[in-house]
Amino acid sequence: MPSGLHYTVDMGSFFTIIVSMVFVSNFVLARFLGLCPFIGVTKRTDSAFGMGMAVTFVMTLASAVTWIIHRFVLLPQSASGFNIFARFIGNDTSLVPVLKTVSYILVIATLVQFVEMFLRKSVPALYESLGIYLPLITTNCAVLGVALLNTTATEEVLTFPAATFQGFCAGVGFLLVMLLMSGIREHLETLPLPEAMKGVPIALVCTALMALAFMGFGGLI
Amino acid sequence: MKLLKELTKGIFRENPTFVLVLGLCPTLAVTVSVVNGFWMAIATTAVLVCSNVIISSLRRFIPQEIRIPCFIVVIASFVTMADLTMQAYLSESINKSLGIFIPLIVVNCIILGRAEAFAAKHSVFRSFLDGLGSGIGFLLALLLISAVREVIGSGALLGLKVSKAYQPAYIMIMAPGAFLVMGLLLGVFNTLKLRRAAGTSAACQHPVTAVELKERRENN
Repeated sequence: MPSGLHYTVDMGSFFTIIVSMVFVSNFVLARFLGLCPFIGVTKRTDSAFGMGMAVTFVMTLASAVTWIIHRFVLLPQSASGFNIFARFIGNDTSLVPVLKTVSYILVIATLVQFVEMFLRKSVPALYESLGIYLPLITTNCAVLGVALLNTTATEEVLTFPAATFQGFCAGVGFLLVMLLMSGIREHLETLPLPEAMKGVPIALVCTALMALAFMGFGGLI
Repeated sequence: MKLLKELTKGIFRENPTFVLVLGLCPTLAVTVSVVNGFWMAIATTAVLVCSNVIISSLRRFIPQEIRIPCFIVVIASFVTMADLTMQAYLSESINKSLGIFIPLIVVNCIILGRAEAFAAKHSVFRSFLDGLGSGIGFLLALLLISAVREVIGSGALLGLKVSKAYQPAYIMIMAPGAFLVMGLLLGVFNTLKLRRAAGTSAACQHPVTAVELKERRENN
């Protein structure tokens, strides 16, 4: 457990996060997260780009917010040093197993709603291009997946900047694969394929080849 | 009879995996072995049936504008129960290999899709049957995919070796194999669907020979 809120920013570990989240354990190709938008919104490059940007944005914010929730609301006071409910639940009660899923998904749903409202009011141009994808993101498993991976599935506990940066890099990896796939699928449209393989089946076969290529990055770390 | 239809439509005609292509993430991630696929599908089915029943019984009290957050809270509660139950009763290795995909049942499109499209509009018993049917359809699909991957990728079925001479192709139990098997199986199911559609439409008009049928398909 981390002892306090003092961080040392280690450039080496940040580089590791970039390479691992974008290439080696890419969210789509190696971890199978966010496949619904990957199959659904990659028919055209501009919509794939919009979806990728919206997901990156929400993933970065969600990583930051869920890290704070995990640290100051869910972890027991004896482990994290501070819990806002410590007066009611005592020093050693951990809320992590019971409230993790519910609190994360609620935070993400609220966050998406706020982002949508904020963009509509203050950045209408961005809202025009990302707006229609935002409601879809609540049920995108990549966002909940990065929150869960940041706070529970790692052996060592990430610091706040590392968790946020990991969320951002995971989003960039997602964006990269979305763009690559949409480029491939625009070409697939014109190919003389058997009727049964058109659309999703051939897209999945192409994804298999891409995943095979991305496995080559495995030696980088 | 109509009630029976609610149950069977999720299994074949509206199979969540092969016909509607929903919930791909858990489908591809956990199907490295039949045991993993089985437990994943059981957990999803349990959550699907319970949340369908609760959402259907609350359908008159949930305001239209905030129905999605309400559905998500109901689903997330059942997912937490399923998660804790599985951690208590299943072996360490199964829990480890299912990993974050058990909490991620919350965002499985199948469950929210059934809640929105069926449970929010129909009676409790029908929603129960609908959830059970879709769950069984998901279970059958996961068993098929994981059986194919386990036999080719580790040369075994349920942990038993298929043949001594067979050299397993490990790629099939890694990420690319999942995409490849899913893509090819979808192709197979599409072929069956197209063939049946062609057969029934031809039979409705007048009896035709196989050659004519083939020609007609080529013209299309």
